[in-house]
Amino acid sequence: MKIDNQLIDYVAALSRLEVADSEREGLIKDLGSIIGYMDKLNTLNTDDIEPMSHAFPVRNVFREDKVIPSVDRELILQNAPAKKDGSFKVPKTVE
Amino acid sequence: MDLLKLGALELGQKIKDKEISVHDATSAMLDKIQADGDIYNAYISVFKDEALKSADEIQAKIDSGELTSPLAGVPMAIKDNICTKDMLTTCGSKMLYNFKPPYNAGVVEKLNKAGAVILGKLNMDEFAMGSTSETSYYGVTKNPWNTNHVPGGSSGGAAVAVAANEAYYTLGSDTGGSIRQPCSYCGVTGMKPTYGSVSRYGLVAYASSLDQIGPVGNSAKDIAAVLDIITGKDKRDSTSVECDCGNALASLTGDIQGLRIGIPTDYFGSGLDNEVKEKVMAAAKTFESLGAVIEEFPMPIVEYCVPAYYIIACAEAGSNLSRYDGIKYGYRAENYDDLYDLYLKSRSEGFGMEVKRRIMLGNFVLSSGYYDAYYTKALRVKALIKKAFDDAFQKYDVILGPVAPTTAPRIGESLCEPLKMYLSDIYTVSVNLAGLPGLTAPCGFDSNNMPIGFQLIGKPFGENTLLNAAHAYQLSTDFHTKKPEGGKNA
Amino acid sequence: MNYEMVIGLEVHVELSTKSKIFCSCTTEFGGDPNTHCCPVCTGLPGVLPVLNEKVVEYAIRAGIATNCEITKYNKFDRKNYFYPDLPKAYQISQLYLPICQNGHVDIETSKGTKSIGIHEIHMEEDAGKLIHDPWDDCTLADYNRCGVPLLEIVSEPDFRSAEEVTAYLQKLKSTFEYLDISDCKMQEGSMRADINLSVRPVGSDTFGTRTEMKNMNSFKAIARAIEGEFNRQVEVIESGKKVIQETRRWDDNKERSYAMRSKENAHDYRYFPEPDLPPVEISDEWIERVRSEQPEMALEKQKRYQEEFGLPEYDARMITGEKAMADFFEEATKLTNKPKEVSNWIMGDIFRMLKELSIETSHMKLSPDNLAKLIMMIDKGTINRNTAKKVLSAVFDDNADCEQYVKDNGLQMVNDTAAVEEVIKKVLENNPQSVSDYKGGKQKAFGFIVGQCMKELKGKANPAVVNELLKKALS
Repeated sequence: MKIDNQLIDYVAALSRLEVADSEREGLIKDLGSIIGYMDKLNTLNTDDIEPMSHAFPVRNVFREDKVIPSVDRELILQNAPAKKDGSFKVPKTVE
Repeated sequence: MDLLKLGALELGQKIKDKEISVHDATSAMLDKIQADGDIYNAYISVFKDEALKSADEIQAKIDSGELTSPLAGVPMAIKDNICTKDMLTTCGSKMLYNFKPPYNAGVVEKLNKAGAVILGKLNMDEFAMGSTSETSYYGVTKNPWNTNHVPGGSSGGAAVAVAANEAYYTLGSDTGGSIRQPCSYCGVTGMKPTYGSVSRYGLVAYASSLDQIGPVGNSAKDIAAVLDIITGKDKRDSTSVECDCGNALASLTGDIQGLRIGIPTDYFGSGLDNEVKEKVMAAAKTFESLGAVIEEFPMPIVEYCVPAYYIIACAEAGSNLSRYDGIKYGYRAENYDDLYDLYLKSRSEGFGMEVKRRIMLGNFVLSSGYYDAYYTKALRVKALIKKAFDDAFQKYDVILGPVAPTTAPRIGESLCEPLKMYLSDIYTVSVNLAGLPGLTAPCGFDSNNMPIGFQLIGKPFGENTLLNAAHAYQLSTDFHTKKPEGGKNA
Repeated sequence: MNYEMVIGLEVHVELSTKSKIFCSCTTEFGGDPNTHCCPVCTGLPGVLPVLNEKVVEYAIRAGIATNCEITKYNKFDRKNYFYPDLPKAYQISQLYLPICQNGHVDIETSKGTKSIGIHEIHMEEDAGKLIHDPWDDCTLADYNRCGVPLLEIVSEPDFRSAEEVTAYLQKLKSTFEYLDISDCKMQEGSMRADINLSVRPVGSDTFGTRTEMKNMNSFKAIARAIEGEFNRQVEVIESGKKVIQETRRWDDNKERSYAMRSKENAHDYRYFPEPDLPPVEISDEWIERVRSEQPEMALEKQKRYQEEFGLPEYDARMITGEKAMADFFEEATKLTNKPKEVSNWIMGDIFRMLKELSIETSHMKLSPDNLAKLIMMIDKGTINRNTAKKVLSAVFDDNADCEQYVKDNGLQMVNDTAAVEEVIKKVLENNPQSVSDYKGGKQKAFGFIVGQCMKELKGKANPAVVNELLKKALS
């Protein structure tokens, strides 16, 4: 797997991260070597093996449909960098 | 009597016997932490006033007979990725430099109920991503055996605080070895419990399918007592399970006659340092002398564990860490043009390099066109790893191996080569992928007097077997009683 | 060249569970911003989802009613994208193993019955609401709606007209109302549709490039949007250009669609299995239990009304078209034991007034017991049918008590024979000519005299009684 500038830019955008020019070369090298190492898995035959997302046979964990009073709004907003009128304040997103 | 050198259970008994007050034990620890200053940098936050206040409250409840836990009144500390209500919880990141959760983690509730005195929050690799505790925004944590060396990670603070007598026991978290490896590097005892046996509610997620909270202490006995407090089903964590837990301490007999121990030969390959190999094999001999039956067996899947682990862990991390966007909590960049720019700048300025690297790796392996080749493939390999362990546990009660290929590296050596650092997780990550319990206990020192630990891996919910084996070992050896002298670099 | 439209729909329906899908906050609509929230639905670090069992139950109900196969082994997946209305920056949804698959819904259109394929139905969580703040020129995020359970119903691209789309949406709305799993209020956003539309020459069997119009929330706007977008795409093709695959926003006031800005990168949602939720296994027993508890649906009700109450097919279909009306009918029938009478009032005056006043059935104030009172007053002869019509239209708005209204306005019929005879005597005295005309064989004169009597009685007499007494008096 070849890691190039285009791929780095794509993945960085998906991640909402900026890649500084000073970081770019090192990142291409590091990600390249790590992903290259991940390619090692291709040498292992996994035909007929089902992907395993959950390691234990825990199933059907449910909650009853019961309302518990919501927490005080101040607690929800207490860590917000910017708030207004009981809401989280963000740059203009909708008209 | 040196108050600082007591084990957690010993102290708990003396508090019960009114030989020592909770206040005095708490003060002694706070004084030690203060005296150490930033030599080790094990703590991110110390809750001095709160700890002293709760010490008195706990004392009253012990005196009235309300608190009966063997660890009631014993001062301890918590890794800084475990939420403490209204108390700073930073995850070692600038991103959460001011974050005060409005709730306690499930384990913190349980500790409070058992009468634990919480001294503060422990340093760690940023968002638990790292094997050295060098990536914290709050500075590098140092190994008390030699401060030029790393303590391991990501729960470096949790291991150092115990090794340096800055807490009687601690809680860490282990996603790929983050409790076991620093315990090995610092010469203390620690455990990653079976996935689901300890609630993850309030543990800030790194990789949700692998994360597990676990105890660090001075002995297997101490951590058994901690485990009894923190295990159990929590309705708020759908992956936590009802288990026959909570009786670990009572189950310790020290008798391991007939215990079948398997040693995977593939854990002792060319990458393993000779001194580490020697000490772990010597531990095997000790187990044998105590009545265990030792047998070697092949486990060739081991070389695929690291790539599978990093694919799965990074994929989940990329998703878990997307919520840090500068809107609801934590760091927000000062200057930005619009929403997109707010995301970019807040995240780029708030996260450190190792975290960014893993987020990008995670988004790469999940992205359109690469998902099957990397992520799905890794899930298939995970199934094979699980099967390899299932097969091994048909024959053995526990598996014995090294924790890490070497003793603690020097500060600054690891981060410049991330792949090499990732490869050093080779003996620990498979345990997380398979959801198994793993225990580390000290078994010697290398020629530079740096600690070496062994790792015991158990069947799902086989914690008690591991603890009893380690307990038997510690009854006949004294490695776990060794503490660094002074802590200055030797 | 003649073109046809090819449409597939993604319909989102908010489920009417009491609590949210992954936490215990209320699902109630509205409320002050961020007051229906907790650490879980606002995505604080360290919190975890726990699945509301009712959501699974409701999804199975929906699947059975739309003839789907129920997936036995279910998983949830994370759909990752950044947006301020999504506090975790991922939506917990189902991609790989949706709970219902391969179903169909039959719709009635002017061209007859048509079967619309259901590709899948999956469970997911709703996002929050973003409100523009004109004073600070910023956006405010309210997470009350975050975590309200949704079903997304994905159809096959089987629609060829706006009429079919509307009929399908009405059918889904009615179905989910009968199942009692959603109130399907489009204006409150509890039912929303995304329209995927492409055009192709009639007779072609390949698909054109499609566009998507998101979150449409009125039947009329949907119909206009479909016509508008169809015409736009035909124009694009006729002018030799190509339709671009994109998301467009329909402006119902200007009656045209606009391409949405796509500053951010293309959709790459990086779905993967949600590690915080164990899989859900649905047993045959579970499915059978839900099936056996499935409420009576519109078609079954319609047939029952025909058989049990002898209603004409058309009337039975109209009344069962909406669950609220069927409920109204059944309740009023229970109280009066006069199904045909109740049906006649619904088919006539009630439907007319709902239409004239543009009131949705679910918002109708008139209660079934009030209509029952009205019907019983006619039955007892307290009022006649004409008066009843006037009473109904007077109380329709506010559901004022019919009996009280009749009393207050003195509308009771005069059933006192002596009083009627008194009036007859007076009228006959005052109209000797008509009396002799009648006696001379002019039947018309009888009608005139009845009219005079009714006038004198201010219409409150039973005409049959007047007729009878008058005949007696004249004989």
